[in-house]
Amino acid sequence: MTKYTEDDLREELKTKEYEYGFYTDIESDTFPVGLNEEIVKAISLKKEEPEWMTAWRLEAFRAWKEMIEPEWANVDYVKPDFQAISYYSAPNSKPKYDSLDQVDPELLETFKKLGISIDEQKKLTGVAMDVVIDSVSVATTFKKSLNEKGIIFCSISEAIREHPELVRKYIGTVVPQKDNFYAALNSAVFSDGSFCYIPKGVRCPMELSTYFRINQAGTGQFERTLLIADEDSYVSYLEGCTAPSRDENQLHAAVVELIAMDGAEIKYSTVQNWYPGNDEGKGGVYNFVTKRGICEKNAKISWTQVETGSAITWKYPSCILKGDNSVGEFYSIAVTNNFQQADTGTKMIHLGKNTKSTIISKGISAGKSQNSYRGLVKIGPNADNARNFSQCDSLLMGNECGAHTFPYIEAKNKSAIIEHEATTSKIGEDQIFYCNQRGIDTEKAIALIVNGFSKEVLNKLPMEFAIEAQKLLEISLEGSVG
Amino acid sequence: MELKEKLISSFLAFENHVDLDSPIHDVRTEAIKIFENQGFPTKKEEAWKYTSLNSILKHDYSVFPKHEKNIEYNDVKKYFIHEIDSYKIVFIDGKYSSHLSQTTHDGIDVCLMSAALNKPKYRLIIENYFNKIAPKDSLNSLNTAFSQEGAYIQIPKNKLVEKPIQVIHFSTGNEAALMNQPRNLIVVNENSHVQIIERHQSLTDNPVLTNSVTEIFANKRAIVDYYKIQNDNEHASLIDNTFINQKQESHCSIHTFSFGGKLTRNNLNFYQNGERIDSTLKGVTIIGKKQHVDHNTLVHHIEPNCESHQDYKGIFDDSSTGVFNGKVLVDKEAQKTNAFQSNNNILVSDKASINTKPQLEIFADDVKCSHGCTIGQLDESAMFYMRSRGIPEKEAKGLLMYAFSNNVLSSVKIPEIKQRITKIIATKLGVNIGFDL
Repeated sequence: MTKYTEDDLREELKTKEYEYGFYTDIESDTFPVGLNEEIVKAISLKKEEPEWMTAWRLEAFRAWKEMIEPEWANVDYVKPDFQAISYYSAPNSKPKYDSLDQVDPELLETFKKLGISIDEQKKLTGVAMDVVIDSVSVATTFKKSLNEKGIIFCSISEAIREHPELVRKYIGTVVPQKDNFYAALNSAVFSDGSFCYIPKGVRCPMELSTYFRINQAGTGQFERTLLIADEDSYVSYLEGCTAPSRDENQLHAAVVELIAMDGAEIKYSTVQNWYPGNDEGKGGVYNFVTKRGICEKNAKISWTQVETGSAITWKYPSCILKGDNSVGEFYSIAVTNNFQQADTGTKMIHLGKNTKSTIISKGISAGKSQNSYRGLVKIGPNADNARNFSQCDSLLMGNECGAHTFPYIEAKNKSAIIEHEATTSKIGEDQIFYCNQRGIDTEKAIALIVNGFSKEVLNKLPMEFAIEAQKLLEISLEGSVG
Repeated sequence: MELKEKLISSFLAFENHVDLDSPIHDVRTEAIKIFENQGFPTKKEEAWKYTSLNSILKHDYSVFPKHEKNIEYNDVKKYFIHEIDSYKIVFIDGKYSSHLSQTTHDGIDVCLMSAALNKPKYRLIIENYFNKIAPKDSLNSLNTAFSQEGAYIQIPKNKLVEKPIQVIHFSTGNEAALMNQPRNLIVVNENSHVQIIERHQSLTDNPVLTNSVTEIFANKRAIVDYYKIQNDNEHASLIDNTFINQKQESHCSIHTFSFGGKLTRNNLNFYQNGERIDSTLKGVTIIGKKQHVDHNTLVHHIEPNCESHQDYKGIFDDSSTGVFNGKVLVDKEAQKTNAFQSNNNILVSDKASINTKPQLEIFADDVKCSHGCTIGQLDESAMFYMRSRGIPEKEAKGLLMYAFSNNVLSSVKIPEIKQRITKIIATKLGVNIGFDL
């Protein structure tokens, strides 16, 4: 048997092409490039939105114009030209479907290539999916059975039309329009996204899932997700993203807002596999995402993310632990390869008493990539007995990549207990040797070690998603994930 | 007039009474320009996110103290580590005090920066070392522009300096408000060993602001052992900028004991320019009232096979605030680096707060780097253990806190300093620690 070494793995990683880099030829309805008040109004009109929504968007747009792009992140890139992007793109043949048979077969083909074939999932896994292709939701499955429980799961544009009272009450409460540059941009031009409402005391019987893809060249994807879990309810939500290969950089600026009311629990899992650019660092998606959740009394929000794609990742899923006894969790695996740059982490803001948070972050960098963890743990003066545990581990493969840790810890209460630890290392020769000794070849050993390294996080993914997550991980680290 | 404008206009006056032909004249002129452009750092800068200088910049500091005021040795004896024989370089209101000092040129140079800057025989050293590692940011540049006095220590090859060197800055309150800008240069050549103790002490209730810059060069296999004792009164503020350039196989350790002062900012930077270097950064901070202590450290691993150890402990009472911002930078070439960083804090009061940011930036793959950081309280079961054995609460607390900071003390190599620090800690914690070290 030929010997498989870390160098081979590195070589393989270098040459591995983006498997999902296909382009579906669907006629799209695309707006002219550029951004001004007219475009914002036109998007709003196109979506048949009420007046308050248009005003809300315009307010965000005006704020955005005054803002400057943040530069503090540990990433280096050519700034996107916001006037060279088309802010709306929708697949053209778009009546509303009742069943999958009516869906454009070419679209279905797209899903098949992604390995998420809707009907298969529908039958086998019982996952309800809201599939978003270039901003517009085209298929919502399992809507009926959800309806029976009173659960609302639809695209956000539909929610604006059908449940304006809910949207109006909650949108922008967790991530205000003026929160940051990209959130403001998203608030002005968001084209679609998902909306979910779980009524009081309801335990959502299935995993809710949505898939995002950027298809049309030169379009930005700005989706907005609003998830409300009413008192004592439970929901597990899955989000996956891929984008076809394109040379120019595509912009993705999403906003996700989670609201967990008293006693509610939200589990939000993401597998992100946007096109990372080719092995020369050309192209790829810019992923600038604002994700934040608010926990009322006894509520719990858990973020799990597997980040393998995007040329630039700028993403900090956060928890505001407002209510007493609330819990925030963050589990993350970020894999970067070639010229990818990731600056990701979380913020845990402890405001209520007896609040707890856990942060487990695993970074794997290969090629010439840069992988940064940036996190904030903040304990407010009234957050008695707050507890935080953070752990950030980085694995380096090759000597051209970098791993960085920027933890911010701010404590204003004497009863707080905060622990933070971070390590950086490569796969130990002794570990490989240990495996070799016991008859495990190097390839399997690396697989074993990387798997073990990420296990804590992979374990947190829902069963249905874990397999898919592993599949997506393969693209970045094929040969090392068993 | 704002302090910045005042300083810039004072520079013109300063230029009138220093030697314009001196090789550092250009350095000074360039430095004041940098300061003029950048001004004092604000909270908008990442490195100053948690420390605001506003409260200490509002005073009308006099930049040139008028005349020397004498102090008797017996009045200030307690500020010296007087139990040991040592070289002493003492400054009063920024001016050298010959009767309190004990300098030497016998084999080693323990003397004054003003002498080094002006005498031709030191010209080569000044050209080679002065302002070579201090980055050109605003506070360093401000110090560079006004640099004329401070300690100058030069140890030739293969020399073990038998006595420690004490560098002490007193301010007497002769001026309503005083700004001090000492500039120190320490060059330790191959195989030499030196121990240095630095202290800033205000003897008055008038505000004092010290912006100090120290450059230390440790050449091959040199050993530098440096202690900073910061136990000033509540009206004195200190911005300490220390830069250490290490060559191969040198060992440098800096212990910082911060117990006092209104605002203390320690910028401590290590640059490892060689292989098999060992750097140690340790500190104990015990403060209360409205005090603020900020440790901003950088260890830059440039070459392979080096080590660094950081250990900072903090105990914060009343409305005090603490900041720790530690950064470990490992370059691509610096394989086989071992870097450890640890920062532990105890908040004693509800109004105290701590902000900590231990950073790792790593570009090499074959390294072992870790950092740990905790914020917590005294162990209740340990308290109970002692209470149940008849130790009063206050003493028990004191003992636990002493034990908490003991890790740092254990690596102090001069027993008299260890003793002195133990005493200060005991006073700070208000207990009688019933044992001597």
